[in-house]
Amino acid sequence: MTGFVWIESFEGRAVSASWEALAAGRTLADELGVKLAAVVYGENAREIGREAANYGADMAFYCDDNAVAEYQLEAYAALLTRLVKTHKPTFVIAVASNRARELMASCALDCESGLISDAIELRVDEGQITAARPAYAGKVLMEMSSCSPTTFVTVRARAFQPLPKDERRSAEIVAVESVAADDEISYVAEGIRAELGKVNLADAAIIVSGGRGMANNPKALPADLGGEDANVWKAKEGFANTLQPLAEALGAAVGASRAAVDAGYIPYEHQVGQTGKVVNPDLYIACGISGAIQHQAGMRGSKIIVAVNKDPEAPIFKLARYGIVGDLYEVVPALTKALRAKLS
Amino acid sequence: MHIVTFTRSTPDTAAKVWVDDNGDVTWGDVATVVNPWDEYSLEETIAQAKNTGGTATVVAIGSELNNDALKHSIAMGIPIALRVDEPAVDINDSLVWTALAAGAVKKLGDVDLVIFGKESVDVATDQHTYQLARRLGWMMLSYVSKIIDVDPASGVIKVERMLEQGKQVLSGKLPAVISVMKGINEPRYPNFLGIRKAAKAQIPVWTAQDLAIDLPAAATRAVAYRNPPEREVKTEIIAGDTEEDRARLLVERLFAEKVL
Ligand SMILES: Cc1cc2nc3c(=O)[nH]c(=O)nc-3n(C[C@H](O)[C@H](O)[C@H](O)COP(=O)(O)OP(=O)(O)OC[C@H]3O[C@@H](n4cnc5c(N)ncnc54)[C@H](O)[C@@H]3O)c2cc1C
Ligand SMILES: Nc1ncnc2c1ncn2[C@@H]1O[C@H](COP(=O)(O)O)[C@@H](O)[C@H]1O
Repeated sequence: MTGFVWIESFEGRAVSASWEALAAGRTLADELGVKLAAVVYGENAREIGREAANYGADMAFYCDDNAVAEYQLEAYAALLTRLVKTHKPTFVIAVASNRARELMASCALDCESGLISDAIELRVDEGQITAARPAYAGKVLMEMSSCSPTTFVTVRARAFQPLPKDERRSAEIVAVESVAADDEISYVAEGIRAELGKVNLADAAIIVSGGRGMANNPKALPADLGGEDANVWKAKEGFANTLQPLAEALGAAVGASRAAVDAGYIPYEHQVGQTGKVVNPDLYIACGISGAIQHQAGMRGSKIIVAVNKDPEAPIFKLARYGIVGDLYEVVPALTKALRAKLS
Repeated sequence: MHIVTFTRSTPDTAAKVWVDDNGDVTWGDVATVVNPWDEYSLEETIAQAKNTGGTATVVAIGSELNNDALKHSIAMGIPIALRVDEPAVDINDSLVWTALAAGAVKKLGDVDLVIFGKESVDVATDQHTYQLARRLGWMMLSYVSKIIDVDPASGVIKVERMLEQGKQVLSGKLPAVISVMKGINEPRYPNFLGIRKAAKAQIPVWTAQDLAIDLPAAATRAVAYRNPPEREVKTEIIAGDTEEDRARLLVERLFAEKVL
């Protein structure tokens, strides 16, 4: 008997959050008394399979055929479905990234199996895999169980601690062949246009976010705005030259409120909240963000929240462990300086 | 071209939601709204139907609670709305859900494209879209940030999608299921005429029998709901004479918390 963990990779390297899924799988496998197998596809899959052993897998199935060199839903799903039908694992776990969500959902359907998404706790209850997952923007916790022979689970990023890497742990590594995908329903992908300096918010340990307050930048406007709105110019300048340096000093990702996104201060990819990304970093620094309920929905799970806001009544202070009441255009540069001094 | 879009009602995002003494989820008597992510899919459906000279249908699966979302869809400009309800089964299970949804798409007959919002803002499973595509045996294009081209004559669709690592262009053959992101368009507000039309609309209800399908057994079950533990935050407002003092103090606190 086995349990599977799908290890996501990109450009020949494992996505580090996959080790969290592996740790979640390890606990379940021990509880159920089954072997834990990592499933790895693509460039460098064999090496990543070995690495998976270091992080807790008992064995690894890998496939580095051309058909799965790059992520493609059809080809990936066809192979995972075949592996599940052959080995009948009690569970298949992956970290809930965009790719994993669609892959796991597709395979769960192909196998007529239950899927529990976004789990933050996992256990076995009377023989059934049972998970807790947040619902209603985290206002409620929902417990779900699955009664199918194989249960598919996606786990929320940063909800499970990866096991420490142990180079002495090795495992049986088994090569598998890809399955021809159905051409009729396969898409053709042009390469990914990676955005420069982009940090994945969901995996970030530290996030610095800016809101509508970013527009109150004291910096003088240039003579020629090139048709841009004055507030947009000021906010963009602030994101680039005030918030970004703090993020760099901290090794943090940059987030934003919806108000900042909708006003065109920063692209949607940065939006945190109910209609943006749900994040749970160790440290979340909200600058010029009031803390509306829909913003809270995306960041309430952060370990330590810091608020910088000139309004002492802003709701964000009710959520924050530390607050500085003041103008972010004075506070943030001082903070960046203090950090650099401390870190150097 | 016939485009189908799915939607449902969700509690207003500002509503207080909690688990009551009976263990049920409640939001008091706060009104429901159309799932906010679906405003983008509804808008895109209307726009693409117009661009291609086609037609559009909106479908909700579940109880009459979803009529609010359907009426909002009509008010925005979707000409046909219908609801699928089968009280005998647990539609919260996605195997059951997709069987009903696929049944509805097949009964409609000539559908070329299904457009979804990214997820339900309340339960946020983000799984129904992919599983419907699978049941239908259609191509799935997810997280679409832009429809570059859709040509019913050649049966080709080309889109731009958003992944964690960046943007990607994909193309494939119709029929297809796509899910769209915020930012793909500016959803319109219903106008007076639309609202009046929605108020008068009769919404047909189809059952599993109408769809002539066999329903699978549910694989998952919601066992219980609980209120998350109260988060006790003691807020410390950092005090100090100068900005430098306060910044230094905060940095010290963050080091003591071991988050740096
Ligand atoms: C269906 C729905 C979904 C939504 N989804 C999201 C979501 O995903 N994410 C999200 O964020 N919001 C979301 N919202 C919007 C949300 O309700 C708020 O409108 C939004 O979060 C407000 O953003 P903000 O805090 O930046 O702006 P505001 O509320 O305008 O707050 C700006 C803050 O900046 C402070 N400020 C101004 N100047 C300075 C300065 N110089 N220094 C310091 N502080 C300053 C002000 O005191 C104020 O507190 C959603 C709303 C709806 C209805
Ligand atoms: N019961 C339902 N009826 C119609 N559409 C739904 C239903 N449940 C989910 N959807 C749609 O499916 C998409 C993905 O939702 P979900 O998988 O529930 O996160 C969203 O656009 C929802 O509006």
